[in-house]
Amino acid sequence: MSIDLEQFHETFFEESFEGLDIMESGLLELEQGDVDLENINTIFRSAHSIKGGSGTFGFTAVAEFTHDMETLLDQMRNGERKVSADVVDTLLGCVDVLRNMLHAIKDKSEIDTVNVAEMTQALKDILGADSAAANSSAAETQAGLAVKGWQVSFKPYEDIMKTGNDTVRLLRELCSLSDSYEVFVDSEALPPLAEVDAEACYLSWRINLLGGEVSENDILDVFAWVDDECDLKIETLAEDELYVGPERRDDERREPARDDRRKVDRRTSSAKGKESSSIRVNISKVDELINMVGELVITQSMLSQFGEDEKFNESHIERLKDGLAQLESHTRELQESVMRIRMMPISFAFQRFPRLVHDLSAQFGKKIELVMTGESTELDKTVLEKIGDPLVHLVRNSLDHGIEAPDVRVDAGKSETGVIELRAYHQGGNIVIEIKDDGAGLNKEKILDKARQNGVISQDDRLSDEQIYDLIFRPGFSTADVVSDVSGRGVGMDVVRRNIRELGGTVEVDSKPGEGSVFTIRLPLTLAILDGQLVGIGEETYILPVISIIESLQVKTENINAVAGNAEVYRLRDEYIPIVRLYHIFGIEPASKELDEGLLVVVEAEGKKIAIFVDDLLGQQQVVIKSLETNFKKVQGLSGATILGDGTVALIIDIAGLIELYQKDMAGVVVQIKGGGLAA
Amino acid sequence: MSDTAEDLSQQEGNKEYKELLTFFLAGEEYGVDILRVQEIKGWDSVTNIPNTPEYIRGVINIRGSIVPIIDMRLRFNLEKKEYDATTVVIVLNVKGKSGKTDRTMGVVVDAVSDVYNIPIDDVKASPDFGTAVDTEFVTGLATIDQKMIIVLDIDHMLNAAELAVIEKIAE
Repeated sequence: MSIDLEQFHETFFEESFEGLDIMESGLLELEQGDVDLENINTIFRSAHSIKGGSGTFGFTAVAEFTHDMETLLDQMRNGERKVSADVVDTLLGCVDVLRNMLHAIKDKSEIDTVNVAEMTQALKDILGADSAAANSSAAETQAGLAVKGWQVSFKPYEDIMKTGNDTVRLLRELCSLSDSYEVFVDSEALPPLAEVDAEACYLSWRINLLGGEVSENDILDVFAWVDDECDLKIETLAEDELYVGPERRDDERREPARDDRRKVDRRTSSAKGKESSSIRVNISKVDELINMVGELVITQSMLSQFGEDEKFNESHIERLKDGLAQLESHTRELQESVMRIRMMPISFAFQRFPRLVHDLSAQFGKKIELVMTGESTELDKTVLEKIGDPLVHLVRNSLDHGIEAPDVRVDAGKSETGVIELRAYHQGGNIVIEIKDDGAGLNKEKILDKARQNGVISQDDRLSDEQIYDLIFRPGFSTADVVSDVSGRGVGMDVVRRNIRELGGTVEVDSKPGEGSVFTIRLPLTLAILDGQLVGIGEETYILPVISIIESLQVKTENINAVAGNAEVYRLRDEYIPIVRLYHIFGIEPASKELDEGLLVVVEAEGKKIAIFVDDLLGQQQVVIKSLETNFKKVQGLSGATILGDGTVALIIDIAGLIELYQKDMAGVVVQIKGGGLAA
Repeated sequence: MSDTAEDLSQQEGNKEYKELLTFFLAGEEYGVDILRVQEIKGWDSVTNIPNTPEYIRGVINIRGSIVPIIDMRLRFNLEKKEYDATTVVIVLNVKGKSGKTDRTMGVVVDAVSDVYNIPIDDVKASPDFGTAVDTEFVTGLATIDQKMIIVLDIDHMLNAAELAVIEKIAE
């Protein structure tokens, strides 16, 4: 038998990490006092399959460790042990240790044995505390049965050896349980030698284990991993039954408990995963895709008829138009379906937060309730993977700086328990994620002081509230009084903003003193396609993301004002919006430099508005975003390029980057328009 | 080209050969490793990229990839020349510094010339011109039929081109 077990390792690790996640979320539910037997069973099953897998692959350290966990969980399952905060905490700790162990094995590095030993001890302590009681009760039940021995009938299925199990080893292990045993082999099923498949198992055994010190569970343990690959029957053996001949046949009676166990194994094995770089797609999404392709093929064959038709005349034109319209709608639907394949629910990013909040609130001595809504909101896998860290940072931040200590909260007339709310929802082609806390809110004075100290702003800069709050996203900014290991190193918020910006998103903060703060992240649904507004400037065509456009308008000269003779602003209702002459910033020749001969496109990014002066609006279309960085470099003010219908390249403007360029351009001007949109 | 293998077999085994694609630029003949040449195409309009040095003419679409185009005359501070019928874009595969990132870039040259198979040993280091001439992109000089061919180090040249872009933006 030469089966390379290595090939299954990837699957094992994936399954195990999944199992650990399940255990973790299950344990956290338990902690909230929700003692549900089904939940405990789920946790137990996960532990059980990790133990099984690691045993099979020879990761004995993992198997042993999990075994102890399993023992504890088993007690909980059987109601022998009350679910307490202590137990849950220890088990959570175990999950961490286990995860580290698996990572270590996966990366082929050393397992942190000290950590493992500590945790094992903690487990043993819990188990030991009342194991005396448990043992005695177990002993009583055993004694009550007065077992003289066991008759084990082991009938493996033919395929058992193909799954990597060795019957000889099982028998050897079984026999090691007791000093006195008898083994009968039944070779009736053995075919003639010529027909024997070398990898099949044709034999079955009956083993009489003598002596009362072996428990049924010990025997079950031996066969735990071949459970669904054999017919197993265990019966107590009375003295007179000891020498029963092989002719005695057992029918297919199964104990209910064994059936349960079988089900468990089935369920876990059905959750088999693929490689980590793969993506799991709901089958309905794939069906949808196939349907669309079918439609597309029909449309295509319809259109191709026109090509074959020698006498193409006007009567065909209507049908041709219809066909093209169909083609367009199908292409669009197909595109959307393909995009949906990459979409995953945001719960993948959210699921780590209950644990994070649990751990950190204990660490800070704060009471915090985490409320999550909109977990099923879907977004692009790439975005999802990259949004995790910024989210963690923001949640930690709310926990550390936002929510006050319980006594402070009570003094302020609030409930002792703080609430952090994570919300995800769709809004006009965007995904919005809100992180809201009901803490103290941002301290404007502290931010201003700090900003002045750091020289981020000068002593006499007058800033609006939004501008002040925006300062926390500047590099090197931290207002935490005490630098903790969680936040307050001053490298956080600017990185958060940068990461989100790399995803084409924005982050804003709003805050009310004493009532809390809200961080709002806006992300594009996908990184690959964008709704673009084509604008013309001179010979060039640029693309503005439609989502950042507020409105486009014709210039009324009376609304133009010049600040300090250089910076132009446009009065739009009650706001003054800086005018950005794109041709000037990009150094190109426009059709006209007179504002009233072109159009202004008012756009917004990160709460700042600018009015971009363009020659003309050319239409809207969906564009596929191509990176400039693949063959070139990132260029400030551009988020990428795309290929238009005629094969030429058009550049996509990054509004936030453009605003920065504009500000740099204006840096020499006396009045700095930092935030755009000055209050009128 | 069919006789290349034959050539190689006839030559003494200890010599390594290299095939060069040569092109003209302001009357001089330059050579690049032919294995790096992806394709040669006529000049077509490009999309300008704002705030980049003049020698970066812009980007074009080559089968769905956005490829930057660099004017070699401008890169070498040579006199500008109107593009004409012989002007071509040589699309090259450039290896990044780490050797991992392969990029595709196009260079605009006056005309393509020929393909030569020359022994690597015949590429002589370029003489030191002092600071008067920028030789950092030149691998060496080779002589074929009494003509001098300047062999270019395209990896260095095109990565240096990028660096200049970054510097310019950082200003």
